[in-house]
Amino acid sequence: MPENLREIWVYLSASPLLHLTLTLVAYQAGSYIYQWGKLNPLLNPVLIAICMLVAALVLTGTSYTAYFEGAQFVHFLLGPATVALAIPLYRQFERVKRSAPLILSSILVGSLTASLSAVALVWLLGGSWGTALSIAPKSVTAAVAMGVSEQLGGLPSLTAVMVILTGILGAMLGPPLLNILRIHDWSARGLAIGTASHGIGTARALQVNEVAGAFAGLAMGLNALSTSVLLPLLWRILS
Amino acid sequence: MLNAFTLILCCQLAGELIVTASGLPIPGPVCGMALMFTGLIVRGGVPDNLGMASDALLSNLSLLFIPAGVGVMLHLQLMSNEALPITVALVLSTLITIAVTAAMMQWLGRRTGQGEDKGRGDA
Repeated sequence: MPENLREIWVYLSASPLLHLTLTLVAYQAGSYIYQWGKLNPLLNPVLIAICMLVAALVLTGTSYTAYFEGAQFVHFLLGPATVALAIPLYRQFERVKRSAPLILSSILVGSLTASLSAVALVWLLGGSWGTALSIAPKSVTAAVAMGVSEQLGGLPSLTAVMVILTGILGAMLGPPLLNILRIHDWSARGLAIGTASHGIGTARALQVNEVAGAFAGLAMGLNALSTSVLLPLLWRILS
Repeated sequence: MLNAFTLILCCQLAGELIVTASGLPIPGPVCGMALMFTGLIVRGGVPDNLGMASDALLSNLSLLFIPAGVGVMLHLQLMSNEALPITVALVLSTLITIAVTAAMMQWLGRRTGQGEDKGRGDA
């Protein structure tokens, strides 16, 4: 690298601007590919963006800590976004109130299935205890899951990765699975995707159908609530 | 828009304070969401600017997961050591959860005779 280029690089990599911009550019590129592929769930924009960013960081020898200095501004917005979920929830309140017992029991069963099946599968296949605890809250939105993982004694940063992977998997595999199962009711589809794969699934559902999106957002919020109450409680009883 | 964003942050801050002070086993932002929801019920409607601010935040929700997702580079070693249990658990558990939740909702809906909102598509 010529000397003046190196100076520019040193300057840029020390400020949050570069990695913040890179995060947005990668997301825009991922969204563009997703749109170009006619919203095919397999072309998930988050997955594409993460792969591009990890490749770029590894190639330039940048540490995750240095990257996060810039990306933290985006990451911070997860908290306000969680609070903002109260608004779509309120907008659907009439519809939700009508079938409240139905919705609550489905989400409760889904929430327990998500954590217990993941812990059981890791344990059966010989995974470590730390991994099992970190994977337990995987279906809950990132900020909440990291808090739950910390309470259980898992690794919050590993949990964050499990959460994102679960979100991507649910958004990719959920629609074809629901078609195979012949479940075409928008509220049931949205509720299932939101329970299993939180915000990434909700983002996908919002793009496809308004009702599915609202139910996914509702499921994501209620699953966050039920998992964050039930998992630490179960853990306290069992240990 | 700015006052709406301030309100959202205030709810989050109040949520964090309540959780810390009371030792409730829920994360602060979830408590903040409950506060906001209660507020909307009491007020009986969503103010326009609050609706716009929340739509702006939520329409790009998946962007917000990217910084945490890039953290995968910290755990590549652990994940390759335990690749089989992690992969199988993530894929199977996600599929089982989606199938169980959707089937439960549809089955209970039929039993209680509530109308279905039919659609064929990819949500």
